[in-house]
Amino acid sequence: MMYYSRLRMLGVVGICLVSALLCLPNFITKPSVPLPWHQVHLGLDLRGGSYLLLQLDTQSLQHDRLQSLEGQVRQGLLAAHLGFIDIQRDDKAATLSFLPRAESERSAARKVLEAISPAVPDELAVSERHGRLVVTLQRAAMRVRAKEAVDRSIEIVRRRIDSTGAIDPSIAREGDNRIVLELPGISDPERIKNLLGTTARMTFHLIGPNPETATPGTTLMAMQDGGGSLAVQDQVDVDGADLSDAAATMSDSRWAVSLKFDNRGAEDFARITTEHVGKRFAIVLDNRILTAPVINSPITAGQGEISGNFSARSASDLALLLRAGALPAPLSVVEQRSIGPSLGAASIHAGVMSLAAGFIFVVAFMLLFYARFGLYADIALFANLVMILAILSLFGATLTLPGMAGILLTLGMAVDANILINERIREEIKRGRKPLQALQTGFERATSTIVDSNATAFLAHVMLFVFGTGAVRNFALTITIGIVTTLFTTLVLSRMLIVRWYAHTRPKKLPV
Amino acid sequence: MLSRPLLRFVRDDRQIRFMRGRYAGLLVSALLSIASVILFCTPGLNLGLDFRGGIIVETHSPAPEEPAHMRHILEQARIKAASVQAFGSPHDVRIAINLPQGDDAEHQTQQLVDHVKQAIAQALPGTQIQRADAVGGSVSSELFRDGVLALAFSLGMILIYIWFRFEREFALSAVITLILDLTKTIGFLVVTGFEFDLVMVAALLTILGYSTNDKVVVYDRVRENLRKYRTMPLKELLDLSINETLNRTLGTSMTVFLAALPLALFGGSTLTGFATVMLFGIVVGTSSSIFIAAPLLLLMGQKRLRKGA
Repeated sequence: MMYYSRLRMLGVVGICLVSALLCLPNFITKPSVPLPWHQVHLGLDLRGGSYLLLQLDTQSLQHDRLQSLEGQVRQGLLAAHLGFIDIQRDDKAATLSFLPRAESERSAARKVLEAISPAVPDELAVSERHGRLVVTLQRAAMRVRAKEAVDRSIEIVRRRIDSTGAIDPSIAREGDNRIVLELPGISDPERIKNLLGTTARMTFHLIGPNPETATPGTTLMAMQDGGGSLAVQDQVDVDGADLSDAAATMSDSRWAVSLKFDNRGAEDFARITTEHVGKRFAIVLDNRILTAPVINSPITAGQGEISGNFSARSASDLALLLRAGALPAPLSVVEQRSIGPSLGAASIHAGVMSLAAGFIFVVAFMLLFYARFGLYADIALFANLVMILAILSLFGATLTLPGMAGILLTLGMAVDANILINERIREEIKRGRKPLQALQTGFERATSTIVDSNATAFLAHVMLFVFGTGAVRNFALTITIGIVTTLFTTLVLSRMLIVRWYAHTRPKKLPV
Repeated sequence: MLSRPLLRFVRDDRQIRFMRGRYAGLLVSALLSIASVILFCTPGLNLGLDFRGGIIVETHSPAPEEPAHMRHILEQARIKAASVQAFGSPHDVRIAINLPQGDDAEHQTQQLVDHVKQAIAQALPGTQIQRADAVGGSVSSELFRDGVLALAFSLGMILIYIWFRFEREFALSAVITLILDLTKTIGFLVVTGFEFDLVMVAALLTILGYSTNDKVVVYDRVRENLRKYRTMPLKELLDLSINETLNRTLGTSMTVFLAALPLALFGGSTLTGFATVMLFGIVVGTSSSIFIAAPLLLLMGQKRLRKGA
């Protein structure tokens, strides 16, 4: 207990030095030599920027799936020469149901339903209710699909954000159907919100035989420029997913978006434009008609151009969206927080000032109340601060304003362990023990108390980290790290300093 | 200079008979907590953006800006603000808007924040938007649920831990004391009108952590003394234990208090409330270790912990 081998001492000093080294990247600029370089990231509240919480519309995902399921069912039944009556989709119950044409066809129809290939394993369940055959989308499978859709959305969101030139954005999944987007330095996220607010699914359809009214197989859609609406055939002739490139261009001194198709898209496009010369062709983006030109001549080069009421910005935004691809389902913003750069700078200033002032107060207090042992506690406190910063840097953790508060409170907490030790040693002296014995018993007795009190705090803050969100998590993180470093700096470092001092001077009286 | 401490809180041989004031302590605590519960019911906590949902926009103008003028600008843009206040300097204005109602509320909330920014940019060019937060209804209710969960689980973990490390009387009196501390802090929140948001939940939990820490140290000494002095009446034993740990109790509270003080004074708008509540909590937590936790232990443990005393 009262002896520190040279090796152990070297170990303790080594840990402190490594910590100091790990902190360094936060204070100097990166040298040109390649070195492992980890540093603490400042949270949005400190550097300014925007936080957006996006939610994927899983309802529409399910709606789309039911729609495609209906297609599969119709095709399957027709192929097996079976009939159906009154086919119905129920979005709420996630079911598709119909009556078989005749009782004799029931079991055959059921077989067809059971043979439908699911999009994910265990997606469909077939049952019968009130004489109707019912296909139900299973909840677990829909969740798997939603998860996949979120993954795909993250990819597309990343592509869209990257092409806006945003610096250092962070995009992450949260929960089942949400995406967290952090944009440092962008304190006005309006353009980003608009870019993400469109699914950007572009499709090319022929106009129905009767453009003014919707007939079976066509849908009435509004024109983008507000010029009325047209009945568009439901059948997708060319899909925007088959685009290979899109760019904003000038055409007849007006802004337009030029398109380039990949092989499949070019083939489809050539076939349609060859077969339907003289007819109108609608370019539909998210259920609105961008433009509906007349096909003058077959287009076989796999290139096209959309002209409409574009400005420079809207043309380049549309091109960007088309290049990045369509979202599997609409995304909506459910939470937005943005902080201006000057407020962030003010917060850093306030945080650093508070940290410094708190540190000075605590250091002075310990010196006044515990003399030499207080000095050792102060050294341990400084080492503690360095180690917290080192661990945060090592993991590239984010530091926010509440995180800074957490560090400050850890400092207050950390001296508690030193106070406990010092008070205990003092008591043992008062009871008439010799200095060496007093130190030994003091450390031993205080250690169990210190572990007890830190364990409760540790548990409470781990809970806070697990269940907390955002600001609270960061606060809990720094305190949890702080508790671990506190145990090391007080139970190992400051004790070592005291033991070293005792071994060198062999005092008759302890400074307590 | 380093050979002897310059200051002490109390002399080591000072024996204060804290247990004499046990009924007074419990009574005062009970009254304060009851008052806090009443305050919690009416008028209730001032829920912050995190839990209430809605919009907060903070602006900084080059010239001093009257809140009334800002309200007028918003009204012209057909935006109904719940409150428009000056905060900090005369250049700064804080606009709060309640959560819109209806089917499309989520979407509207997010659009509204852009409208507010556009209206201000048009009417007051040069005005900076310092902060623009919009929290939808579904998110705010989830945040609230998570906050309450975090609080409940932490309290549960503390109870379980003390139960394992000490005897039943200790765990029960500690948790009762913690609940009394918590109610008083909530009462303090209602009185001061600080916004209750996620950061405040963190503050409450930290206060709970400190308060527990304090009780664990005193109880630890009580347990030790119970073994050491086999015949001492529990009342005297508690007084002795409190006195023995008094310098440590005051010392630790003092350092934590000193560490939090600069935050309360110049921590900026986000942290001032947090730190002030912390300061209150430290005072409450320290005094409750002495005046509540120990008397409760005396009441509950009289029979079991020390027979015939």
